[in-house]
Amino acid sequence: MTKYRINKTRFVDQTKTISFTFDGKKYHGFEGDTLASALLSNGIHLVGRSFKYHRPRGIMSCGSEEPNAICQINADTNLTEPNVRATEIELYEGLRASSQNCWPSLNFDIGGINNLISPFIPAGFYYKTFMWPKSFWKKIYEPLIRLSAGLGKSPSQPDPDIYDHKHEHCDVLVIGGGISGIISAKIAAKNNLKTILIEDKNILGGSTIYQNNKNFIIDNKKSNEWLMNEISELEKLDNLIIKTRTSLAAFHSYNYLLAKENISDHLPLDKKNGDIRQRLWKIRADKVIVAAGAIERPLIFNNNDRPGIILANSVKKYLDFYGVSTGLNNIIFTNNDSAYETAVSLFEKGISVKIIDIRKKSSSNIVKNAEDLGIRIYWNSTVVNTFGYKKIKSIEIMNLSEDGSNVTGNKHKIQCDCLSISGGWTPMVHMHTQSGGKLDFREIDQVFVPSEKSENHINVGSCNGDFELEEIVKNTNNKVKKFLNINESGFDKISVLCSKDLEKKNIWLLPNTISEGKTKSFIDFQNDSTAKDIKLALREGFKSIEHVKRYTTTGMATDQGKLSNMHALGIIADTAGVKMGTLGTTTFRPPFTPLTFGAIVGRSVGKFFDVVRKTSIHEWHVQNNAKFENVGQWKRPWYYPINNENLHEAVQRESKTARDSAGILDASTLGKIDIQGSDASEFLNRVYTNAWSKLGIGKCRYGLMLNEDGMVYDDGVTTRLGENHYLMTTTTGGAANVLSKLEDYLQTEWPELDVYLTSVTDHYSTASICGPNSKKILKKLFPNKDFSDEAFPHMSYQDAIIDKIECRIMRISFTGELSYEINIESKYGKSLWENCIKAGEEYKITPYGTETMHLLRAEKGFIIVGQDTDGTMTPIDLQMDWIVSKKKYDFIGKRSLYRSDTIREDRKQLVGLLTDDPNEILEEGAQIVSELDKKPVEMIGHVTSSYFSPNLNKSIALAVVKGGKKMKGQKLFVPMENKNINVTVSDFIFLDKENKRINA
Amino acid sequence: MFIINCPYCGVRDQSEFSCGGEAHIVRPKQPTELSDDEWAEYLFMRKNIKGVQFERWNHAHGCRKWFNMVRDTSNDKIHAVYKMGEKPPVI
Ligand SMILES: [Zn+2]
Repeated sequence: MTKYRINKTRFVDQTKTISFTFDGKKYHGFEGDTLASALLSNGIHLVGRSFKYHRPRGIMSCGSEEPNAICQINADTNLTEPNVRATEIELYEGLRASSQNCWPSLNFDIGGINNLISPFIPAGFYYKTFMWPKSFWKKIYEPLIRLSAGLGKSPSQPDPDIYDHKHEHCDVLVIGGGISGIISAKIAAKNNLKTILIEDKNILGGSTIYQNNKNFIIDNKKSNEWLMNEISELEKLDNLIIKTRTSLAAFHSYNYLLAKENISDHLPLDKKNGDIRQRLWKIRADKVIVAAGAIERPLIFNNNDRPGIILANSVKKYLDFYGVSTGLNNIIFTNNDSAYETAVSLFEKGISVKIIDIRKKSSSNIVKNAEDLGIRIYWNSTVVNTFGYKKIKSIEIMNLSEDGSNVTGNKHKIQCDCLSISGGWTPMVHMHTQSGGKLDFREIDQVFVPSEKSENHINVGSCNGDFELEEIVKNTNNKVKKFLNINESGFDKISVLCSKDLEKKNIWLLPNTISEGKTKSFIDFQNDSTAKDIKLALREGFKSIEHVKRYTTTGMATDQGKLSNMHALGIIADTAGVKMGTLGTTTFRPPFTPLTFGAIVGRSVGKFFDVVRKTSIHEWHVQNNAKFENVGQWKRPWYYPINNENLHEAVQRESKTARDSAGILDASTLGKIDIQGSDASEFLNRVYTNAWSKLGIGKCRYGLMLNEDGMVYDDGVTTRLGENHYLMTTTTGGAANVLSKLEDYLQTEWPELDVYLTSVTDHYSTASICGPNSKKILKKLFPNKDFSDEAFPHMSYQDAIIDKIECRIMRISFTGELSYEINIESKYGKSLWENCIKAGEEYKITPYGTETMHLLRAEKGFIIVGQDTDGTMTPIDLQMDWIVSKKKYDFIGKRSLYRSDTIREDRKQLVGLLTDDPNEILEEGAQIVSELDKKPVEMIGHVTSSYFSPNLNKSIALAVVKGGKKMKGQKLFVPMENKNINVTVSDFIFLDKENKRINA
Repeated sequence: MFIINCPYCGVRDQSEFSCGGEAHIVRPKQPTELSDDEWAEYLFMRKNIKGVQFERWNHAHGCRKWFNMVRDTSNDKIHAVYKMGEKPPVI
């Protein structure tokens, strides 16, 4: 055993040695240790440097509230993790931990210079100092802050671990496996309720499990022994699931909770890989019982942050749970009775201990116990200073004045190697408030306690403000019985004896002889904010707790203010002279403790990240070297490079071939909505801007759909298949939204219409063949069909049969070429496509992708909704007045087309742009200006589509420009980083204005 | 994460639903008769109440039906769900 491992306990197996390294040096601990207890057993307190002043800092607690012992685990491997609390990580063979925030090293720290200049680093320092000059920010301030901030390093390699998600339902969820959680779970499970008990530690029992003080007796047994027995009975219950190493992350409304289970974090390195590391449980519980416990408060006095200053109950846990003494010459500094349990425990192990108590007396059993043992108690005293750089060496104490607002008498110096502090307890109300619960302030011991309103959850034990053992046991039993409608439980006749804390005294900021400006009384240890900072913030006019918090960064470190929030509030209340209960608290947001990204994401990584939609022709595209583009969830062929062609070269070739001979596009991804019902025509009249009643059966029509605000929403061709039957196509990305918008109108505004909508996007595959030779190809595919313009005109459709399979042929065009679209049931899509390619071989038919499609339609000035429009363009802005019916009384968006704003003539309007240098291709998104010399430069529009057209042999672009309709022929400029490009406003139809090619 | 009682399907998780904003705003029957201000009132003006609010919801990943819901936005308590066209309950 090491010098500090002075006690054998049942929780640490001292026959099983574990070796680990800290900052490169090898140490030993035992199975059952945390990294923190193992370090302390080796006499190591100094584990980090503080954020701002880089002061040496030591382990301060034994749980999730730890502000100082923040480590990087397994650095330089793909398993590395920053910001891990040494108090929470279970020791395993091969663990490599290193301290953070102490560049260049823990013992020699250049940032310590900040400590010396600290009078110049007050609250809001970062806001004030690093503001000006602006140029300093990027080159000097930011690197400096980043270097000394030391928030650990994220891994540079992919995470090798698997993370899991699981849904769970239960009647009762109990959060916390301390004594009140165990009582609650037992009552629930014994009454045939499916119960889950979660506990973030590796064993149940909370702080009672190591409470061996003779003043705490349940049913004539020491409380730890009684609880041990209860736990072994609990484990036998059938309808109870006990999940240890599982911490609650979030408590949402309607009892929906997230809990993270650590599955392999505690395993030796060689047993970790390949298994599930963590599982996120998504629990929906009928009833929730929160038994989250309480966190001990520190005391706020000058230099209260030295290594060796530890929370008193943590000192007790290190001693009685881990068998480790945090010092051999201990001083307890307290304002309450609970720290006396630590004193007695230390004394019983033969460790020197003295007590400093700010109270004038206390007559409880535990205090009497300490007095009887002969432990020296300094009543009515406070610590005014501490000494020792890397470890505490001594303290100075003074007497308190009558009202506690000042110190009197002489300073008295006492040697020590550990100072155990206790400022009372703070109930963990985070879960309660996360679920929407409110808090009440309890004046007597200055705590916020849950104000029970919810029917679906209760708080029990110390998180409910019950701190005495008797209260905890009896109130838990009574509350749980009432909550679950149970008449009797096994705890009804329980007898509990305990010491009761009757003398309460609290001073948020302890007085001192030296002026406040010269003290360092830390409130937020991790973020280095002091009482002085909070007072400065108040003097500078910050009043809201939320503002003070952000200005001083109090409570904003990785511990989220678990130790600091109450003191910050208390000092604000004292300074401002208001009651604490009136200030409110800062908001407690989930997660309670940090969650890994892996746990949040679960299995939705790699190919499971999102749904991938592929057309039935996809395999052919892959085999033919297509490069793909994501359009929504669809994979669409982008272009088909031959040999080593790049995007530009492939698109130039595809576009030229499509216009000169023939091209084929997989248009299966376009949204398709089947519309049926006796009011189908009337419905289309109301949702499209143009008229539909007179469209003949077998005809197709282009339609434009607006939002009620008059802005273009979607477009596409709709075909009348029968008297009461239409097939609507939508844009690929808009399909789902259009369907739900149409459903919305049908169900809520026009329920009288007899119309039924069905999405058939995935039912049909579409091959779109265009080009002057397309008719010849269609004739080869359908030899019995008459494709003459008279028999099968543009904008019409016919049923057909290919290889005995029915299909629909639409003669419609998005390229301006003679063009046919063949729709066939999806499972035949690939064979249809292959037939088309075969038939087109003699015409050198080229498959083309979305890029060529975009180029071809831009040559014709056809818009793409979402590229040339952005939700602020009316059809009038797009110069598409021709499609807006003047006769129809109403359609979606009609009234908005003559609002005062939409009839403005200086709105951005669609125009064509030609570059003066025909080889210059504009960048899409580039801004357009009319006057280069005017300051500030006024941006009058932007480029929406831009290509080099191989068919026109020049660069073309579409753009939206303020008042563009009237600017044809005008010179404008597109300023880029290194040059200004001269452009001329043109018509936006660049090719075949007379529409001759459609009937070529 | 609420639990919503779809009037057509029954009790389902909130993740199956989407919210469509304030309920009982009727599209004017004769929009052309309205002034710009009157049309803007219909088009843009929505309440955002802290407290009891009447909302439209859609069982988007279920029956695709729209219905109305009365929800207290301060605590997410759902007071009632009812079908489109039905009279709003008095809360
Ligand atoms: Zn439903």
